Amino acid sequence: MVRLITHNLLACHVKGCTSNNFPLQFRDVQIELREAEFNPDFLRGFMPKLEWKALVDASRQLGDTSLPPEVPEMLDDDFLKNLHHVLLEIHVEEGVMTCPNCRHEYPILNGIPNMLLAEHEIG
Amino acid sequence: MIPTPDLSHLTAKDYDTVYEPAEDTFLLLDALEADEQQLKSLHPTISLEIGSGSGCVTSFIGKILGPSVLYLCTDINPHACRCTLSTGAQNDVALDAINGSFANPLSARLKHAVDIVLFNPPYVPTVPYEASAAQGARGIEGAWAGGLDGMSVTDVFLECVEELISDRGRFYLVAVAENNIPEIRERMRTRHGLQSEIVLSRRAGRERLSVLKFVRDPSMVRT
Repeated sequence: MVRLITHNLLACHVKGCTSNNFPLQFRDVQIELREAEFNPDFLRGFMPKLEWKALVDASRQLGDTSLPPEVPEMLDDDFLKNLHHVLLEIHVEEGVMTCPNCRHEYPILNGIPNMLLAEHEIG
Repeated sequence: MIPTPDLSHLTAKDYDTVYEPAEDTFLLLDALEADEQQLKSLHPTISLEIGSGSGCVTSFIGKILGPSVLYLCTDINPHACRCTLSTGAQNDVALDAINGSFANPLSARLKHAVDIVLFNPPYVPTVPYEASAAQGARGIEGAWAGGLDGMSVTDVFLECVEELISDRGRFYLVAVAENNIPEIRERMRTRHGLQSEIVLSRRAGRERLSVLKFVRDPSMVRT
């Protein structure tokens, strides 16, 4: 399962591809929604690790428009519930993630992102 | 007493291509259990296991630390990634499996951000080329074949682990005597500012196994 929390941490790592290599762009995705237990402490703790714009863009690519473009000042329960859904309940099961810089394609198969590179692509 | 994760869903066929938990795995579980209170008081946000194989180790630490942690697992073997996911599900631990090498696809975004790093590497000394061939094949041999001194895979990761761990982070590594544990510890201290201790050691057949734990040396200022 590629959840958006994981997608927010993955960058292209092809040799020499070091700028504009994040976030990877989704294409041809199949999504499953799976309920997860709401854990506001975890979400608050994770907020500093997130690249917010990348998360908002990715969630919109997947059809969810519940997150505001800027991080709100008050992390109230309504906001945290939307964040919970976007980060942890949307699972990309199949599809492709493309690097915005070098266009390298990382396939997702059975919920597992294939981030392996060929020998000549390794930095 | 934290129970060993339930692996009853894995079959002999899975273990044809994925390393079956053995004495080295169990020593790492015991070391994590010995550190249970420390790990809890760390209040970690991100745990990362390199070469997660069956998923046994991260499922175990998931039982210790509960759902307030993101559990990331990487493995070069795609079948191991599937086993990692299914073992997480079997044990009710939400973990994310990434088919990748070391922390390579995560390192740009997780600079000094990982609180717990776990690595039970292919540590068995073999002829030099065997480790790289095994890694290239992405099958079960890659789970144990370690090349000369058993360090050819571990050495690659030791060069980049400091970049991953957070200020309060810790890195658990399984090693055998042939890996030259005193040299590993000295190298990590002088080159990367990580101090270490041996959490547990045990003899298992011919193997003299240890679990090392590395943390930032508080006297070394990170630049």
